[in-house]
Amino acid sequence: MIRTTALFQLPRPGLNWFPVWRRNFLVWRKLAIPSILGNLADPLIYMLGLGYGLGNMLPEVSGVKYVSFLSAGTVVASTMNAATFEALYSSFSRMHVQKTWDAILNTPLSLDHVLAGELVWAASKSLLSGLAILVVIGALGLTQSPLALWAIPVIFLTGLTFAAMGLIVCSLAPSYDFFMYYFTLFITPMLLVSGIFFPADQLPAAVHAVASWLPLAHAVQLARPLLLGEVPSNIFGHVGALTLIALVAFYVASVLTRKRLLK
Amino acid sequence: MATINDKNSHALDVSGLRKSYDGNEVVAGISFTATPGTCFGLLGPNGAGKTTTLRCCLGLTAPDAGDIRLGGFDVPEAAEEARRRVGVVPQFDNLDPDFTVTENLVVYGRYFGLADTEIRSRVGDLLDFAGLKGKEKARIQTLSGGMKRRLTLARALVNNPDIVFLDEPTTGLDPQARHLIWDRLKQLTARGKTLILTTHFMDEAERLCDRLAILDHGRLITEGAPRDLIAAHIEPQVVEVFGDDVAAWARHHQGLGERLEVAGDTAFFYCRDSDPLLHALAGETGLRYMHRAATLEDVFIKLTGRELRD
Repeated sequence: MIRTTALFQLPRPGLNWFPVWRRNFLVWRKLAIPSILGNLADPLIYMLGLGYGLGNMLPEVSGVKYVSFLSAGTVVASTMNAATFEALYSSFSRMHVQKTWDAILNTPLSLDHVLAGELVWAASKSLLSGLAILVVIGALGLTQSPLALWAIPVIFLTGLTFAAMGLIVCSLAPSYDFFMYYFTLFITPMLLVSGIFFPADQLPAAVHAVASWLPLAHAVQLARPLLLGEVPSNIFGHVGALTLIALVAFYVASVLTRKRLLK
Repeated sequence: MATINDKNSHALDVSGLRKSYDGNEVVAGISFTATPGTCFGLLGPNGAGKTTTLRCCLGLTAPDAGDIRLGGFDVPEAAEEARRRVGVVPQFDNLDPDFTVTENLVVYGRYFGLADTEIRSRVGDLLDFAGLKGKEKARIQTLSGGMKRRLTLARALVNNPDIVFLDEPTTGLDPQARHLIWDRLKQLTARGKTLILTTHFMDEAERLCDRLAILDHGRLITEGAPRDLIAAHIEPQVVEVFGDDVAAWARHHQGLGERLEVAGDTAFFYCRDSDPLLHALAGETGLRYMHRAATLEDVFIKLTGRELRD
């Protein structure tokens, strides 16, 4: 009986997850420069290449130049990628390959602390990624409104949501190869239907209806108006959806990881 | 009041512990206690339930039944509190490969809620103890296997624990490295720390453990001080005879020992008085033999059998 209740109880990380976050931060600090450059280069190449190259052939998209339209999409997409990579590959390597989590579980910290530390860490790293893009967008003059600063909490929330979902995948993974399914079956299709590269209402109505439920769609519908200097419509709906997905995903990840490690 | 004191006088108190996986009972009702300042050994073949027992004691696996008290706390209910006073040397090294030696200790100390200044003030002593002085800034990849093990031991002491769990601490080490670990573990019990040790090495258990329990198939089959177990279970003299056709020779001379076991090309004679057997062997030219005192390994083999466990 003990076992069943412990397995399904709500995570209670308190604030003791901070040493776990700090451990990951210390590792990252040693490799910070290449890590930031790596996170920045890829999305910027896409944004500038597509934005100016493809954009020059296009009329305005949703009332703005294509590169401006694409910039908000690039911010949330690279946030999603950074959080997902961290929660998949890096967390998996700490959990399964290096057994860092096992070492931590022998201290007064519990799995709840470990997972919360990993969640906030992945979100923090994705925040840096998103911020770096945001700074470049500002420097290029693609966004000029102070409202764009509100994109920062949106980036962090997006990071939390994708980190939590990533931790579910991590808890199920037998090896690194497993993550390919998540990318090809979920992340990549979502990237194409959530309004990152083109307005989602270009999609067939049925696809659009389904796509508007996806977390990336909520994120982009918050970030794009903010970067264009507008207040997003339905703020509470989008923030609420992202928060709810993050909470549910983190709970599911907690249960699955307990099943895997505390058996 | 008396009962509370009694309970607290044990570093680790396990009673009626049971744990099954998919209907397969891995730990089938075991009980033991470890007294503070002593080394308690858990011995058993692979799959005997040692690791599961340790995991239950640390609150990493919830038992199906039984009571565990560790350092005065109920486990798993108050496992996090209990682990504050515990250090663990796991079976496989899980040091942080991205960190230096000192960083490994500092980061680990933070998991116990210790302040950096406090941890750093201990690093010198810990590295001295582990024979790693001068390696403060070394990266983990540059350490030998023995050094990594010693660093893992130092890491387990970062919170100045009362109780240290060691899961096969010398597996894979060369004899020099193993002797150094043994010496350090003896120093720890001399300082009043309680050690809970699992091992495959009977000489290690015989040297280090004040008391030990032998587990097999999830059950505790015997418990006691190593010397007492040898005296209780085994004749004091052992003669191992090797050579071609030793089996036939041994069966013919079976009466010269209290007990005879043949395994491959070796015959084990367990005797109270080995003189008649040694006399008979003196005349044999085709056989070699070794005469020795009975050890814990003989007890272990007698109680758990000779067949391989995987």
